[in-house]
Amino acid sequence: MPSTTTGRFRRPAALIGAALLAASVAACGSSDDPTTAAAPAPTTAPAAAGANAAAGVLGIRDPWVKAADKGMTAAFGALVNDGDADVTITGASTEVSPMELHEMAMRDGKMVMRPKEGGIVVRAHSTATLQPGGDHLMLMSLTRPVRAGDELNVTLTFGDGRTQTFTAVAKPFTGAQESYAPGHA
Amino acid sequence: MTDATPTPRRVSRRGLLAGGAVAAGGALAATAAVRADDPGVRPGDPVPAAGVGDAVEPFHGARQSGVTTEPQAHAAFVAFTLRPGTDRAALGRMLRLLSDDAARLTRGRPALADTEPELGLLPARLTVTFGFGPGLYAAAGRDDRRPASVAELPAFRVDRLRPRWSGGDLLLQICADDPLTVAHAQRVLVKDSRPFAGVRWVQQGFRRAAGAEPGRTQRNLFGQLDGTANPKPGSPADTAVWVPDGPDWLRDSTTLVVRRISMNLETWDLLGRADREVAVGRRLDTGAPLTGAAEHDEPDFAALGPDGLTVIPDFSHLTRARVTDDRQRILRRPYNYDGVPTAEGHADSGLIFAAYQADVARQFLPIQRRLADRDLLNEWTTPIGSAVFAVPPGCPEDGWIGRQVLG
Repeated sequence: MPSTTTGRFRRPAALIGAALLAASVAACGSSDDPTTAAAPAPTTAPAAAGANAAAGVLGIRDPWVKAADKGMTAAFGALVNDGDADVTITGASTEVSPMELHEMAMRDGKMVMRPKEGGIVVRAHSTATLQPGGDHLMLMSLTRPVRAGDELNVTLTFGDGRTQTFTAVAKPFTGAQESYAPGHA
Repeated sequence: MTDATPTPRRVSRRGLLAGGAVAAGGALAATAAVRADDPGVRPGDPVPAAGVGDAVEPFHGARQSGVTTEPQAHAAFVAFTLRPGTDRAALGRMLRLLSDDAARLTRGRPALADTEPELGLLPARLTVTFGFGPGLYAAAGRDDRRPASVAELPAFRVDRLRPRWSGGDLLLQICADDPLTVAHAQRVLVKDSRPFAGVRWVQQGFRRAAGAEPGRTQRNLFGQLDGTANPKPGSPADTAVWVPDGPDWLRDSTTLVVRRISMNLETWDLLGRADREVAVGRRLDTGAPLTGAAEHDEPDFAALGPDGLTVIPDFSHLTRARVTDDRQRILRRPYNYDGVPTAEGHADSGLIFAAYQADVARQFLPIQRRLADRDLLNEWTTPIGSAVFAVPPGCPEDGWIGRQVLG
């Protein structure tokens, strides 16, 4: 585990209660979530209509978490800001693990994972994509397995104190190995 | 399918989903012609077959696609063996993942966490059809919801079944008009199944390319038209294929028998054309019965030849497979396979015989018994694989395949 990430596990814990007040953005099993990029024009009406953006601070598209039995794992998805102001994510939480906001950065000639200073900023009218090899929501220490097909509630905390909960489906995924390599930082 | 004309369903569906750009063969030809006349297009430039890549078959609905859907050019039949410990809850997680993959890919969207998202953008009429073998019902503790006829077939005299082509707890029939689309869908679905199941066998097959022979009955590697006797699209096919009533896990379901039929092209080569036609009871060129002129002419089994024998022999494939009641018919949806020849140049060719019917016992077994008992084609064909699956009802947008079965 990267030494620079220790001691930060608990920060989002106090916000879990508040998360219950936020609108849940369920995505698992719903096939009409617009994809993040490069997809062709929708060919059916439901696909054209299915944005989640109205449900919370951000639109959360195609959220997923890498299935893992223990240790660390990570959650990904596209964060869509349809608003006129930038949105800053300052924390994330889930009941099965402490979480941190991470980025990948070049250090001493190799890509390493490290906490993202200042949080993840989603600019006005833009989309931030959390994906393997880039920014991600890190689950630092699983208290129970996240099995393929499980649905995990994740609560984001924003700079202004608001929160938003979404559901990420656990996918079998062998990539994103950087999440598991200790000693990077 | 057997009908010589494109089905109205296909026309309307394509018109709807492709924005009217493609309707039928005529529209395809017109599009190509316009493009060929374009001064920017030089002779010899490839003319895109408009709409083949973009065409969409629905995934959601009361019944699964890929059954009465006009057969696509390419198919992969992927059978799985459930891992020990894959119980009802795990099956639910697996089927939710696989249904989500299928829902996205069939509409030309990458799967969730797709590692090659660019390969998910051309659906090419992709369908993913789920079949449940007896082992899945047992693993789910839902044997009471297994259709009674979904069980291993009785042994037939002609069978030379190999375990590597037989059985299976779960089947995914993946079909599309583009082979790369099939390969990508297979990769995505296999990856998401791995925590729950191992791959038992895969059978990959093909027909004519999309648009090459619109609406024509497919030909097998013996050169025969294959599927002439299928129930007509629409009501006859619906009667043959779909369970019309019952509880929600049974209504709008069907069953699938997959038989791998090895075809011995070496001994077939020893036959003259007339003998080949007698074996089938049909002409090789038109597919017409030996007593008729066109493919769909009614055969006259009483007609006698100059030698005083029936023109269509009693042991012909046509005679033995003959069924006239739609409730007794099966929907043949086969694909050819063509493996690598031996060093001596002997073919490894055959048919992935996929038959859909509401009830295996009522429809498939009587035909199969008559064929196994006395069909001249048995001289050149050998069943080397066999598997039976229930094809559960389809699912709505917010659902997943198998939810009614698992309960």
